[in-house]
Amino acid sequence: MNVETLFALCACALVGIGLYGLITQPHPLRKLVAFNIMGSGVFVLFGALAKRGAAAGMAADPVPQALLITAIVVAFAATAVTVALLLRLIESTDTASLADEPSAGD
Amino acid sequence: MTTLVGGVVALLLLWLALWTVVARDAFLAVAGFVVYGLLLSLVWVRLAGIDVALTEAAIGGGLTGALLLGAVGRLRGTEVAAAAERSGAGTRVVAMVLSVAVSVVLALCVLALPEPAPTLAPQVARMLPSTGVGNPITGVLLAFRALDTLLEAIVLVIALVGVWSLAPDRFWGGRPGLRYMTDPDGILAYLARLLPPIGIVVGMYLFWAGADHPGGKFQSATILAAMWMLVQMAGLADAPRIDNRWVRGGVVIGPLAFVAVGVLGAWTAGAFLGYPDGWAKPMIVAIEIALLPTLVLILALLLNGAPARGGDLTALRSSRR
Repeated sequence: MNVETLFALCACALVGIGLYGLITQPHPLRKLVAFNIMGSGVFVLFGALAKRGAAAGMAADPVPQALLITAIVVAFAATAVTVALLLRLIESTDTASLADEPSAGD
Repeated sequence: MTTLVGGVVALLLLWLALWTVVARDAFLAVAGFVVYGLLLSLVWVRLAGIDVALTEAAIGGGLTGALLLGAVGRLRGTEVAAAAERSGAGTRVVAMVLSVAVSVVLALCVLALPEPAPTLAPQVARMLPSTGVGNPITGVLLAFRALDTLLEAIVLVIALVGVWSLAPDRFWGGRPGLRYMTDPDGILAYLARLLPPIGIVVGMYLFWAGADHPGGKFQSATILAAMWMLVQMAGLADAPRIDNRWVRGGVVIGPLAFVAVGVLGAWTAGAFLGYPDGWAKPMIVAIEIALLPTLVLILALLLNGAPARGGDLTALRSSRR
């Protein structure tokens, strides 16, 4: 198996692992970490496709690679907005719960 | 041998991802995520993406890790309550079936990819000399797909506006986060004096070398932002007020210069973001120079977060009147 197929399959598994964490972890910060893992799986898959496109003396197709750089920066910005939102949620409600129903203590 | 190394890296990556997702407490999960980000840069090296590897190590591992670690510290008290909401066994089984199904469908798609793979590399190789830059990634980012990069710069500004708008009214215009107080003779303060000159040189080198070698404004901006954060964390300088004119000007100058160059292109080369013959390199350099301060400011200010102290109450009162 060549390296791009290996990492492409690895990326598919990463997307699954991230999705599992996103659904099962109750804490929003854990969901955010899991979502980032899912996103990185998508990036690796895209990167493997770029490697498959090696041609004309280039080791990989530079167009998807350039888009990946853009994607990583935008993912950081989105994560920063989510963290700020989360901190504000805790500041104003004293809980990080995403549940609809107030818990028994309220 | 290369397959073996690749296999080991892939297994480690999967193990770390799984560990990060199921780890008992949030701090361990975030620590795992930082290591995962560093390992991911190795994957990018193996996938022949040195520029992507640099970006991943700097932003994916470094800045995102710092952001999440900061959040974990402030979320300590909420973890116990969240543990009570842990999903039941039924939900977990359904989630597992769904995740495995998604992974399997993706894997089947990967195995069914067409041969030979579609690629734009020959077109890039043919057109790159006309842009005057030697690094194909920089050529794509600032010439062939410049519109994407422009929109990205605008997205970053919007993200920063989003973070700032989460400030409570009374802190609007103030400074983000808490002021760091550390021992002025401690090791952190020492490092914060020693490292920035080196970091600035490395950052500027990456910025300048990005035209012909791996590197560029994003990687450079991250290193410069990290140096600024180090100085802030050591208590040597405070985070800037968000109503500072220089800060606000710096945040928008990159996208504005980018749009100006684009409009100039529409006038001289007949297309928005088009470059007239022989002028591609100077215009690309102009955009990069304008984008650098914007990226440094936005990356550092996103990490700083929403204003939390020192709001301008008088301005608020007069605006309410």
